[in-house]
Amino acid sequence: MKTFENIVCSFCGSLCDDIVLEVEDNAISKVRGGCAISRRRFLGPIDREVPRIDGQEAGFDEALDIAVEILAKARHPLIYGLSSTSSEAQAAAVKLGETLGASVDSTSSVCHGPGTVAKQLVGLPTCTLGEVKNRADVVVFWGCNPVEAHPRHFSRYSVQAKGLHIEEGRRNRKVIVADVRRTATARTADIFLQVAPNEDFQVLTALRAVIGGAELEGEAFGGISRDEIRTTCNILQNAEYGGFFFGMGLTMTQGTHYNVRQALSLVRDLNEKTAFAVIPMRGHGNVAGAETVLAWQTGYPFGINFSRGYPRYNPGEFTVTDLLSRREVDAALIVASDPGATLPARAASFLSEIPTIVIDPNYSATAKLARVFLPSAPVGVAASGTGYRMDQVPLPLRKVIDSKYPSDHDILLAIDKGVTECSASKEVLSMIL
Amino acid sequence: MLCVKGGSIYDPLNGKAGAVGDIYVSDGKIVPPAPGARVIDATGLVVMPGGVDIHSHIAGPKVNVGRVICPEHSRSEPVARTSVTRSGVGSVIPSTFVTGYRYARMGYTYVTEAAAPPLEARHVHEELSDIPIVDKGALILMGNNHFVLSLIREGDFERLKDYAAFLIKASGGYGIKAVNPGGGANWRKRGNVGSLDDETREYRVTPREIIDALIEVNEALGLPHALHLHCNNLGQPTSGETALETMALAKGRRLHITHMQFSAYKPTKGRPFASSAKALAEYVNRNPNITMDVGQVVFGPAVTMTADAPLQYSLHTLTKERWVNKEIEMETQSGIVPLTYRKRTYVGAIQWIAGLELFLMIENPWQISLTTDHPNGGPFTAYPWVIRLLMDRSYREEVAETVNKRALGSSELPKLTREYTLEEIAIITRAGPARTLGLANKGHLGIGADADIAIYRPNSDFEVMFQAAAYVLKGGEVVVREGEVVSETFGKTYIPALPERRDVTPWLSPVFSKFYSVAFENYAVEKEKYMPCEVV
Repeated sequence: MKTFENIVCSFCGSLCDDIVLEVEDNAISKVRGGCAISRRRFLGPIDREVPRIDGQEAGFDEALDIAVEILAKARHPLIYGLSSTSSEAQAAAVKLGETLGASVDSTSSVCHGPGTVAKQLVGLPTCTLGEVKNRADVVVFWGCNPVEAHPRHFSRYSVQAKGLHIEEGRRNRKVIVADVRRTATARTADIFLQVAPNEDFQVLTALRAVIGGAELEGEAFGGISRDEIRTTCNILQNAEYGGFFFGMGLTMTQGTHYNVRQALSLVRDLNEKTAFAVIPMRGHGNVAGAETVLAWQTGYPFGINFSRGYPRYNPGEFTVTDLLSRREVDAALIVASDPGATLPARAASFLSEIPTIVIDPNYSATAKLARVFLPSAPVGVAASGTGYRMDQVPLPLRKVIDSKYPSDHDILLAIDKGVTECSASKEVLSMIL
Repeated sequence: MLCVKGGSIYDPLNGKAGAVGDIYVSDGKIVPPAPGARVIDATGLVVMPGGVDIHSHIAGPKVNVGRVICPEHSRSEPVARTSVTRSGVGSVIPSTFVTGYRYARMGYTYVTEAAAPPLEARHVHEELSDIPIVDKGALILMGNNHFVLSLIREGDFERLKDYAAFLIKASGGYGIKAVNPGGGANWRKRGNVGSLDDETREYRVTPREIIDALIEVNEALGLPHALHLHCNNLGQPTSGETALETMALAKGRRLHITHMQFSAYKPTKGRPFASSAKALAEYVNRNPNITMDVGQVVFGPAVTMTADAPLQYSLHTLTKERWVNKEIEMETQSGIVPLTYRKRTYVGAIQWIAGLELFLMIENPWQISLTTDHPNGGPFTAYPWVIRLLMDRSYREEVAETVNKRALGSSELPKLTREYTLEEIAIITRAGPARTLGLANKGHLGIGADADIAIYRPNSDFEVMFQAAAYVLKGGEVVVREGEVVSETFGKTYIPALPERRDVTPWLSPVFSKFYSVAFENYAVEKEKYMPCEVV
């Protein structure tokens, strides 16, 4: 038996890095320190899947060849996903996208993409999670439910965490939760703002108005009474250091980036009075990395198209839901994500109408409707690389067991090589002809 | 083996100022003449060592957030892929691949990333690894680090040296950087420091004590480069006075003042500030222990990004532009604000003038390096324009005529007639910064030096001459021909040889886990993240 300590768990955006794994006979036998999600995922079987072509079992190389052929032939392929893989694999996907003249998009476009657009409008006063742990005496959770989605967020970083200036954890903190329903997170709050569905913008606007010194006219705003607004503002502006987390309850409800713009503006305004920071509560393990890697390689965070040989950026045009529901792509390569299960039906179903290739450790819903399925070594388990936590802190994802399949990174590079050779031979052919 | 034949060689370190000669190259190094070499005909061309940038923000968290929040810049300058190069964007903050190509095409072969936070150093190295052609090194932020300030407070300088050495090693860094020391610590409560003797609230130490201690540590560790300091009160009317006081506290020890232009202001009646470049230049002229780089302002769009977070907040309140702020637990903070420098505004003109005054009034070119504090004062791609301003007085006067009259009238600039020679340009863009960084094999063309060579076609328009080299050799390989990248290579990361120090683990590890959000064991960047590396 071999024990691995300080392993990073990449199964949610918190990237807890204190996991202890015991490995026996090339299988993880015990997980110490993780949450329920972490235990289930680390202990889940690997290499259970087989490569498939049209749902039928196939050889890996044969499936890879078909994938290359599909992509080399495609006039406008889409590369999508990337949120549960390493930054190295994300970089390989960008390279392939450039080779193919593809559109490249990450799951950001259907989760925190509007937050990024809002950041492009107003900026982002933020901090690393340790700063929340060390200093934040007021913590806000807006449209996110870490108790269920990021189970150790409270204890490691935010609500109960003890740090440099917050010696008693929860007792030193006020917790405010805003959500449309009384979630498990909401039940821990000192103040719960039950926002009327799709009216986050109104509530945030009222809060900004009061912070800005305005008198509110009207009794309630987005389901929150004037008194609640005032009380909340008092807590916010009297914080020593505030931490504001927001999730898809804000980014993906009516108003999308306008909601986030208002949240970011609220936090910015609060900095006139005290110190306040806002962190997007990213879901997938390395979705933050996808934005980061795409930005340093192409200049843009998501929604990118290479058809002109250089990157263009246009959310709404080169983003996954739009490309698929407008039926603009003629092939799709899905890496480490499951759009078949998460996208609107109109977009998801189009994936079964075009040749779709899926690279994933698991035989996902998308894999089931794909032309080609290439199983890969799960990153942070059987493949190494870097993961970016929700606050952009990069952490090493380590390989602790071997997989019989290559990593996403290696598969993507192999496809890139295959496609390059294919198009090189095409060029030679066209010269001869 | 290659021979660069018959060029006019500008190799200031080896006393060559235009003499015609041959340079032989083998295995990536400059070697003695030998028969049988392939010839690059440099007849009529100017041959210089590869350019060395001592201060530029090219990789890492804040550079990248700058890219994310400013798509309007990137959209203005798409860069298509070629058969040898990757695609990307140019403009104010180029994408990583384009950053490497653009430096290379100007004949630059070494770039210093000016500010890396240890907790996010892995990110810095991931981006640096994606910058082709150039060699690189990263300066590590220490001026507001919790442990640095606490150890200074406790007076435990031996442990401070251990810790500084640990931080450099754990981050894969090249040297020590301090930004508004003490000011960042107070920014945690949205404060700042106003003078060298202002105490920080939580640590009860002063900027003077922090700077003094970090110089001492830097010298005790025998680092190749001096402490790289962004002064307190930068950008304020008090900045000039503070910079003078700061230089004085070095008391003869090595100290590098970075982007001095942004610290070269003094109060003036009825205006935000005037240039104090003259007083600073005079000080530098009298004190050979001081080196500096300019941080020249370039008219047009820029993105300011610095660990001086309080400065960035005040810039945001002034311009109402997008504001990014980030506190990095225990270590540092940063701010990003897009900004446009306008020649018609008084302030924009004063900043442009102050930079040029420093260039023209600092006498010894070995003490001064050309930078724009990319992308703070403007993009690094403006270096050729800055060179033209320095070399061509009539062009400089022509541009000066177009800037804010009141600013120009109040300045020394119209009186300054100096024109830089090619030899002096070779000093401020390669020989000097290489020496200041302690890179013995860079910035010159002597036997044993790295075969990083820039070959320019002379032109009376020096901007044209320096923006696209005729040839660039990196490690002996031709990477640029007629301003086009013809081969994509990847350079090395430079790290210093550190003295043996005591292990910090016994005292640091227990407190680390209490105050950080990552495990101590996951903190240090794996060495393979910055391979290949070269120890100097």
